[in-house]
Amino acid sequence: MTPLHGYLFVAALLFAIGFAGAVTRRNAIVVLIGIELMLNAANLNFIAFWRFGPHPDELTGIVFVLFSIAVAAAEAAVGLALIISVYRHYKTTNVDRIDSMRG
Amino acid sequence: MTAVFIILSLVTVASAIAAMTLRNLVHCALSLAVTFAGLAALYLQLNAQFVGFAQILVYVGAVAILIVFAILLTRGSEPPAEAIFSSKWFVGVAVASVVFAVIAAAVLSSRALPSESASMPSASVRQLGDELMTRYILPLEVLGLLLTAALIGAVILALRETANEQSGGAK
Amino acid sequence: MIDQIFVELKHWLMGLAPGQFEPIVSGLLSVAALILVFASLFALTTVLERKGLGRIQNRYGPNRVGPFGLLQPAADGLKTLTKEDIVPYSADGMVHFLAPLVLLVPAFLALAVLPMGRNMTMVELDAGVLFFFAAGAATELSVFMAGWSSRNKYSLLGAMRAIAQMISYEVPLILAAVPAIMTAGSLSTDAVVAAQAGYSGWLPHWYVLTPWGLAGFGLFMIAGAAESNRAPFDLPEGESEIIAGYYTEYSGFKFALFFLGEYIGMFAVSGLAITLFLGGWQAPVPFLQWIPSYLWFFAKLLGLILVFIWVRGTLPRLRMDQLMAFAWKFMLPMALVDLFVAGLWRFIPGGLARWLICLVLVAGSYVLLARGLASNSGVHKRSYRYAE
Repeated sequence: MTPLHGYLFVAALLFAIGFAGAVTRRNAIVVLIGIELMLNAANLNFIAFWRFGPHPDELTGIVFVLFSIAVAAAEAAVGLALIISVYRHYKTTNVDRIDSMRG
Repeated sequence: MTAVFIILSLVTVASAIAAMTLRNLVHCALSLAVTFAGLAALYLQLNAQFVGFAQILVYVGAVAILIVFAILLTRGSEPPAEAIFSSKWFVGVAVASVVFAVIAAAVLSSRALPSESASMPSASVRQLGDELMTRYILPLEVLGLLLTAALIGAVILALRETANEQSGGAK
Repeated sequence: MIDQIFVELKHWLMGLAPGQFEPIVSGLLSVAALILVFASLFALTTVLERKGLGRIQNRYGPNRVGPFGLLQPAADGLKTLTKEDIVPYSADGMVHFLAPLVLLVPAFLALAVLPMGRNMTMVELDAGVLFFFAAGAATELSVFMAGWSSRNKYSLLGAMRAIAQMISYEVPLILAAVPAIMTAGSLSTDAVVAAQAGYSGWLPHWYVLTPWGLAGFGLFMIAGAAESNRAPFDLPEGESEIIAGYYTEYSGFKFALFFLGEYIGMFAVSGLAITLFLGGWQAPVPFLQWIPSYLWFFAKLLGLILVFIWVRGTLPRLRMDQLMAFAWKFMLPMALVDLFVAGLWRFIPGGLARWLICLVLVAGSYVLLARGLASNSGVHKRSYRYAE
């Protein structure tokens, strides 16, 4: 069990927790929180492989994670704006209630 | 596995579980902020300094606050009237456990993972800047465009459509 | 020799500790020194502020406790420590308790990368300035925690306004710091101070003595005042506006912790302004270099604190929409122009042409942006109404 295994386990655990939350919770914002957790777990994976991998001087892992952080922030902003405008129409954030295609 | 790593991962995983199971939404968002901070500490353990600080600056300083604002704007701070988990929650948890088991099995049985721990690499900011400006210049510019599009899109989505409502109501 | 006295003291104390504890002892010594120095600076600043504001408002400040009121912080400290700690019944206990801590810890962390003298940076990081801004961003969450956990509409309103203000002014703050980092070529605070070394005749090579540096320094100080909720940007906590905003429901020691956190934030922002623009711990003229470097740093810090107090006593408070318009419509374009001018400064060869072009660009854009901002607010010819 090298340190790399430890980091990969933590990342897998975070991914599974985020996935479980995103699939089971009813509030749309908590679903988005779960998605952010999954993205962060993948980032941890990248950094762990950069640190223990064969070519750390190429900085591929770090650059990938920087772009991933930026894209995740943009996606969180747009997702939350969507949730807010859906709330304005349906007056609820419960994903089980948002079930009609007709406006 | 050092004691620091174990403590940090315990804190991170515990706050992630709290973020997914707590009833009060604002507590969920605050536990998420603790998770982000724990992850930033793990990045610092792995000697990725720039990414660790960028994680705190972007995630704790902006995304967590965004989530909190959205919770307040959608009246999420009151206790929810109905159940917080969907009725078939055990299916979700079962699938998540299967996902974790598959990944863990893949990690344990893989022969491609380097078995000896390499020396600590260092990524200076100068190197990172050089790479971003030469090899990854195209993704950087595209990222700028993406962030602009996301900014404009989010503002337009969340804008109140007062004109439409007024004209729709008059008819 | 006097210059390095604290460094020598620390090395001697580290030598007394057994071998394997040296990193821990070194860290503990630095942390203890930092907390002692900045907590006493906080005490001094509270007295200076009250007396300074009093004098500006044509009255004495506190002058009962000790000579010239200088022992007033002791009386204040005793009062806050012995006050009853009231927590509202319906408040969220855990979040209410943790909010002052979440404010204080990043504020003190941000002080760790400031070079306070020659070889006296507590932590030498490769990305020191980024660490500073990350620590500043982490304090925003505590404002929300304080406002929301009090279960008080006015606290929540104050917290929302404070967060909106802090987020809006974070962008000009970082953008105003970028030209200095660009010219120094490194994110490390020690490198930025070292890049401002040297004198041409009697003038130092500080960045504030260049057109883009002057504009950048001004923008940085204004954005820093807004970041630490300092007048004239103290709408979220103005006493005549919203009682005390997001820390209405805090009393006793927790209130003192919030106060401390805010002032430490002010010190940290001033310290970074000194590092980036005013040459850090370096003397302004070559023949004054015999004065120790830490004395220069703290003299400059005291000067900037006095400027903050002066501005607080002079300018009226900005309204929320004026605040936001100022950030997005004036400071952000000005910071971008500053960045462009800093780039031009680097590439145009030295001499009169460089100064003229850069000065014209900075002053011209300032005038244009200010006119644009003023015309939007609809200031009409003033009409007076008398009680007739």
